[in-house]
Amino acid sequence: MAEETKAAAPAHTSSSNTKWAIGFITVVLAIYAINKFYLPTAPVQVKTFFNSWFSLTSMGEIMIYILMALGLNIVVGYAGLLDLGYVAFWALGGYVAGWLMSGHFDQWTVNFFGNPPAGLPNGIHLNFLLVLVLGGVFTAIWGVIIGAPTLRLKSDYLALVTLGFGEIIPQVMVNGEDIGGFNLTNGTKGINPVDNIKLFGYEFGPFALADKFLIYAALAGLMIILSLRLRDGRLGRAWLAIREDELAASMMGVPLMRTKLASYAVGATAGGVGGVAFATLIGGVYAERFNFQVSIIILSMVVLGGMGNVWGVLVGATLLAWVNNTGLVQFGNIINSATGKNIDFPSFNFLIFGVLLILMMLFRREGFLPEARVRLIMHEEEFSEVAVVTDDIEVEGVHHHEHN
Amino acid sequence: MSTTNNPVLDAQNISVVFGGLVAVNDVSFTIPEGSIVSLIGPNGAGKTTFFNVLTGLYQPTSGDVIFDGEYITGRAPHKIASGGLARTFQNIRLFGMMTAQENVMVAMHSKMSAGVWSTTFRTKKQKREEAEAKEFAQELLDFVGIGKTTHEYARNLSYGDQRRLEVARALALRPKVVLLDEPTAGMNPNESAAFVEFVRRLRSERGVSVLLIEHDMSVVMQVSERITVLDQGQKIAEGTPSEIKNNPRVIEAYLGKSGSEASQNVN
Repeated sequence: MAEETKAAAPAHTSSSNTKWAIGFITVVLAIYAINKFYLPTAPVQVKTFFNSWFSLTSMGEIMIYILMALGLNIVVGYAGLLDLGYVAFWALGGYVAGWLMSGHFDQWTVNFFGNPPAGLPNGIHLNFLLVLVLGGVFTAIWGVIIGAPTLRLKSDYLALVTLGFGEIIPQVMVNGEDIGGFNLTNGTKGINPVDNIKLFGYEFGPFALADKFLIYAALAGLMIILSLRLRDGRLGRAWLAIREDELAASMMGVPLMRTKLASYAVGATAGGVGGVAFATLIGGVYAERFNFQVSIIILSMVVLGGMGNVWGVLVGATLLAWVNNTGLVQFGNIINSATGKNIDFPSFNFLIFGVLLILMMLFRREGFLPEARVRLIMHEEEFSEVAVVTDDIEVEGVHHHEHN
Repeated sequence: MSTTNNPVLDAQNISVVFGGLVAVNDVSFTIPEGSIVSLIGPNGAGKTTFFNVLTGLYQPTSGDVIFDGEYITGRAPHKIASGGLARTFQNIRLFGMMTAQENVMVAMHSKMSAGVWSTTFRTKKQKREEAEAKEFAQELLDFVGIGKTTHEYARNLSYGDQRRLEVARALALRPKVVLLDEPTAGMNPNESAAFVEFVRRLRSERGVSVLLIEHDMSVVMQVSERITVLDQGQKIAEGTPSEIKNNPRVIEAYLGKSGSEASQNVN
C-alpha cells in the first residue's frame, strides 16, 4: 500500500492530544490568572473590555457547554445516534440541583455538608460534589429509561422520539408546580436561589466567578479525559463500529442495544452534570431556558467542530457558546453604533447558525477540526487520486465504484 | 486431517419463506468438527440466506440450528457470534474508517470486560486487557499475512488485504466455526490457489471448522471434504468432491440439461 495514504492513517495520535491538552490548560489558567490577579488592579478600560467581551460568566458557560457538547458527541459523534432532545438531560440535571441545593422543598430540612443561605435552613442542602454525582446518576437512569425502548428504532425515528422527549421534559418542568398538590418544579417561576458552591470549607459566592470558572473548567477537563480514553477503549471501538456498520458490528459479537444504551447513558450523564453546574453558575433553575434551541445549539457545536473529534467539538462548543452569549451582542453593538441603526442581533442567532450550518454542509462537511478518519471519507477524491496511481487495478475499481 | 462424526454445527430442516417466496426449503446440513465443507449452487440458490439463518440474521420459518450442542435458533446474532460462530461477508463489510487493529479488536468486544469506569481511570486490569487484545490482534494480522497494516485504515487496504482482514476479524471471536462467504471473489488464479492453502492453515493452526460458500470450483474441489449443493432453495446433492463432480443433478443445475460434455468444465 502506498506510503502517501499511510500518512493519513493514525488519527488520534497521543502527541497531538498532549498539545491540545496543554493548550486547553494554558488558556484556562490564563483566563483564571487574568481575572483573579490582573483585572482587579487594571485600568477601567481594560476591565470594561474584558467584562464585555470575555466575561467570566460567559467563560464559565463555555466550559459547561464544552462538557455537554462532549457528552452529546459520545452519542452523535461516536455511536452515530442522532439525538435532538439533549436539552432534556440538561434540564433534569438542573432540577436535581434545584431540588437538592436550595430551599425549594421547605417542608423538609436536610443539610448534608451543604451550604444553606444564612438564616434559611429549610429545604434540602446537599454538598455540591454529591449533587454533581447524583445529577449525573439521575440523568443516566433517565437516559436508559428513554433509550431502552427508543434505541431499537432506526435513526430517523430515533431522532423524532428524542425530539419529543426534549419537548416533554421541559414542559413537565413548566407545569410541575402542582402535581397532585405537590410543588415539584415551581413552574415558570423556577427554583432560586440555588445554594452557593461550598467545597472544603471555601464558599464560592456570586462574586467568586473566577474560582467557579475553574471548577467548571475542571469538569470540562474531566469530560475531555473521559472522551479520549473511552474512544480508545473497548466501548469506543464498539461505538465506532456501530456508527460504521451496525450489522457487521453485531456479527462481531457487539450487543447493539447495550452498547448504544451505554453511549446514551454516558451522554446523558454529561448533560446532567452540565445541568447541575449551570444551575450553580446562574444561581437558579428556570424552565424556559430549557428549550429546543439548546438541543440544536449543542448539536451544532458537535457538527461544526467535527463530529467525533474531541478537540474539534471543544473548539466548536467554545466558538458557538461565545458567539451566542457574547459575540452577537458585542458585534451587534459595534455595527449598530457604526450604522446608527438599532438591530437586535442576538435575536438573529438561529438565522446565523442556520446559514453557518448550511455553509458548513456545502463546503466543509467534516467540521472545522474533523477526526482524521472523517476527513478521509469526506475528501476521498483527494486521497484516492494518490491511491489510484499506486494501487493495483482492483482498488482503483473499488474507489471508482464508490464515487458513483 | 480426518473428520470426526461429531457435528459442531447441525442445521435441521431449515426453511425460510419471504412472503410467497421459498428461499430455503427444508435443508438439513451439518459441519463435522474439524472439517472443511462447502456450500455451492447457482446464483439465487439460497446459499447466503442459509448463511444468514445460521448466524441469526434471519429467523428460519421452520427448523432448528444446533451449534456446539446448544439450540441457537432465534438467538440474537451477537450472542451467536460471541458463542463462536464467526463469519465474513460476501461484500466486504469492514469498519472502513477504523484501523486494521481496531477492526480486529471490535470482534474481541464480547471477550473483554472494560466498562466506562475502568476505561476512564485506566485500571490495571483494563490496561492489561487492552495490551493482551492488541497482542492477539497483531498475532491474527500476522497470521493472515497483513501484519504490517496494523495502523492503517481498513478502507485504505488493497482488496485482497481487506479480505484477509475480514478473516482476521472473524478469528478474533475465537470461533469454533468460521463461515466464509465467497472469499475468493475478485481474486486472480494465483491468489485463489494460495487461498486453498490458507483455508487448510485456518483449520490446522487456529483449530476451526470452515464452511465455505464459493463459486470457484477449483477451490471448492481442492479444499472441501464434503460439499452440499443448493438449487432453488433445495438441497440437491451432498457428498465428497468426486461424488459431486459426477452427480448428474448438480451438472444439470449448473449447466442445464445436456450435461455430459459440460461435466468436463466442472472437472
